[in-house]
Amino acid sequence: MATIKLHKGFDLKLKGSVATDAPLQDRVDSKMCAIIPDDFHGVTPRLDVKEGATVKAGDPLYHDKEYPAVRVTSPVSGTVKEIKRGERRKIESIVIECDGEDKHHELDLKAPVLDTLLESGLWVMMRQRPYDVVPVPGIRPRDIFVTAFDSAPLAPSLIMVAEKQLSYAGKGVEVLSKLTDGAVHVCFAPGQEMELKGAQCHTVHGPHPAGNAGIQAANIAPVNKGDVVWTLDLVTLCRIGEAFSTGKVSYTTRVAVTGQSVEHPQVVEATMGCGLADLLNGNIVPNEGGNRIINGNVLTGTKAEENGWLRAPYRHITVIPEISKKDEFMGWASLNPNRYSIYRLFTTWLAGKRHKECDMDARIKGGERAIVCLDEYDKMLPMDIYAEFLIKAIISFDIDKMEQLGIYEVAPEDFALAEYADTSKIELQRIVREGLDRMRAEMS
Amino acid sequence: MDNLKPHFKPGGKLAKLESVYDGMESFLFTPNATSASGVHIHDGNDLKRTMITVIVALLPCLLFGMYNIGLQHFLAIGQPDAGVVSMFIFGLLALLPVIVVSYGVGLGIEFISAQIHHKEIQEGFLVTGLLIPLIVPINTPLWMTAVATAFAVIFAKEVFGGTGMNIFNVALITRAVLFFSYPSKMSGDAAFVKTDSAFGFGGGQMIDAYTGATPLGQVATNVGDTLTMTGVDGSQLSLCDAFWGTIAGSPGETSVACILIGAIILLVTGVASWRVMLSVFAGGLAMGALAHALPSATYPASMLDPLAHLCYGGFAFAAVFMATDPVTGARTHTGQFIYGFLIGVIAVLIRVYNSGYPEGAMLAILLMNAFAPLIDHCVVSFNIKRRLNRAKAK
Repeated sequence: MATIKLHKGFDLKLKGSVATDAPLQDRVDSKMCAIIPDDFHGVTPRLDVKEGATVKAGDPLYHDKEYPAVRVTSPVSGTVKEIKRGERRKIESIVIECDGEDKHHELDLKAPVLDTLLESGLWVMMRQRPYDVVPVPGIRPRDIFVTAFDSAPLAPSLIMVAEKQLSYAGKGVEVLSKLTDGAVHVCFAPGQEMELKGAQCHTVHGPHPAGNAGIQAANIAPVNKGDVVWTLDLVTLCRIGEAFSTGKVSYTTRVAVTGQSVEHPQVVEATMGCGLADLLNGNIVPNEGGNRIINGNVLTGTKAEENGWLRAPYRHITVIPEISKKDEFMGWASLNPNRYSIYRLFTTWLAGKRHKECDMDARIKGGERAIVCLDEYDKMLPMDIYAEFLIKAIISFDIDKMEQLGIYEVAPEDFALAEYADTSKIELQRIVREGLDRMRAEMS
Repeated sequence: MDNLKPHFKPGGKLAKLESVYDGMESFLFTPNATSASGVHIHDGNDLKRTMITVIVALLPCLLFGMYNIGLQHFLAIGQPDAGVVSMFIFGLLALLPVIVVSYGVGLGIEFISAQIHHKEIQEGFLVTGLLIPLIVPINTPLWMTAVATAFAVIFAKEVFGGTGMNIFNVALITRAVLFFSYPSKMSGDAAFVKTDSAFGFGGGQMIDAYTGATPLGQVATNVGDTLTMTGVDGSQLSLCDAFWGTIAGSPGETSVACILIGAIILLVTGVASWRVMLSVFAGGLAMGALAHALPSATYPASMLDPLAHLCYGGFAFAAVFMATDPVTGARTHTGQFIYGFLIGVIAVLIRVYNSGYPEGAMLAILLMNAFAPLIDHCVVSFNIKRRLNRAKAK
């Protein structure tokens, strides 16, 4: 077991974490579940079902236009209630009304491993680098990286989320190692290590974003031009193991409901894609300036409505105030130690509160500027990459430069913390996402 | 403020001042805008806070500068016991018009430019506007300062795209424009000590022993094997005077003690790069030591010992407040060391071996500003090479 020590990054401690001894809440049974195609970046949906069709859990809802074997499956058995479309008929969500029965799609375990994995629908839970998209079938990855912890603010422990299926992790490694000529690397947080036969296990020390599989990959075996690696989390690894052991995919998950605006932060058992209203169930502290419900963590999650759906990776909800202090007078000159900043420019630092729990609302707290301050991105990105130069290359869309500076190694989520910390308030994740997408279109 | 808003929006009668209104609003109130995409939380820090921290770091220099203007003036008119308060008031009265002109001209151009481009007013000039009065000799006519500021803001900043886009340090360009356009007013006896009264306050006749030249100016014209530097009243100067700053020079640059306070503020808050600061001093010391090892009467400044190079003239001020400008300097860690070191070396090199210019810090920084992208390019190319080798090695 190798040890990796990362020094760059920052652990933001927000209010509203789930107490370690909080009891697991009873399972929430939603009447409706939904799949959001945007969660599976890189898959162009071609529908397999129509409104009114009956599906079993694990039946395909849609497949990829280019690689039809890549399919997204239904998490429950029931009837397709609605296929919601947005602009230019883009599919926004596929809503399924649950029938409450336990009808499952049986996997063909005798078929080749690759085919079974594609059939299970768990394929789309993995990501490929370069481009941070759902892996392209037919390309054998150089290595596979599994992260066994989520270091993002308020994120639940993956070992807790996967608790019921944890015994299948070994089987998952066995399955994945058949799909690569390289190694299956599994990275644990200190103190959570497990023995996994056939996998190369690592302990990763350090602050967020140490839990990002891409960051781990960059510090174990960086992605070079021409390489393809897959990244996934421990929960998906266990689900794969379980599917290959039992022939059934488990769509049950545990969701951490966290954040300053949550009355009782807790962990709830639920089905993937269930309704947020069922998960939250009035567990929100009202706020004058409104609340923001985030699917996922505060850095990489997506904004959701109260009647929205739980989105991939199906384990985390955060609720924070939208505006906690309206019209703050001369906030830039503030001497208030509660105005949180990770920099030493505020009295937060003198009061020793930089590493304490803090309130945080969704205000941007400044206007967008050119990149002025030094080192902000590099300090938040534990990779051998000149982040600022890469961002500039992406903005000017200089393909050669992007390649040279390491675009293949990064994903938007790796830049999330830098985006938080950026004095110039630039949308780094959007820039990286657009850069990757354009690059992918250009290269294919 | 909200009641006024409709007047400034397109269609309102004051729509031409929209940028000014937005600028004032975001100055007074933290914007209520929340993130629409990307991260949902943002750090409390913004560019306004960063800039204001630099201003705070400049305050000791500013206040001491005011006192020193008065001190030098009263020494020159033979009233050395005029009192700290009158010296400070004299300096305040002398420097205030320069500050007003600098901010007035610079911010005016920024406001107009922002409105033309329909952009928010940016805060970059907050610092530049205070740096200019601190590095321009106090006896410079105000109209010259105004012309030079306008030239620098327009041609060194706005044409490149405004705050964060400039290649050269704007305050130094202002100084350089003055220096090369009006050389007779910028050096020698006339520039560095306010000889007139300020708004009628503190008038008087120059004493007979008066010399207005800065110590470095005297060094440059020194004849013989021994260096003599005198204060404005003809008394001998020591390194100690230079450290505390009771010598003639531009308002902000004389007191190394106050500059060090500023440096501590900048380094502790993490606004300025310690790499640049440290390596400028290292470069200055190294070149100073080298020159001092080969003293020659042809180049009188070579007789200054290395430490004196750091204390006299604008070296320390330039190292702390000018070289560390993140926009115009090198942005990679290794690059910062090279960039800073070369600034130190070139500044002393110009001082010692170019008798035309007694002070070289300004020219050294402007020169290295031009080379900073090249230094970064070289440093980054090592990273690129490492990546290529990695790909080949497999």
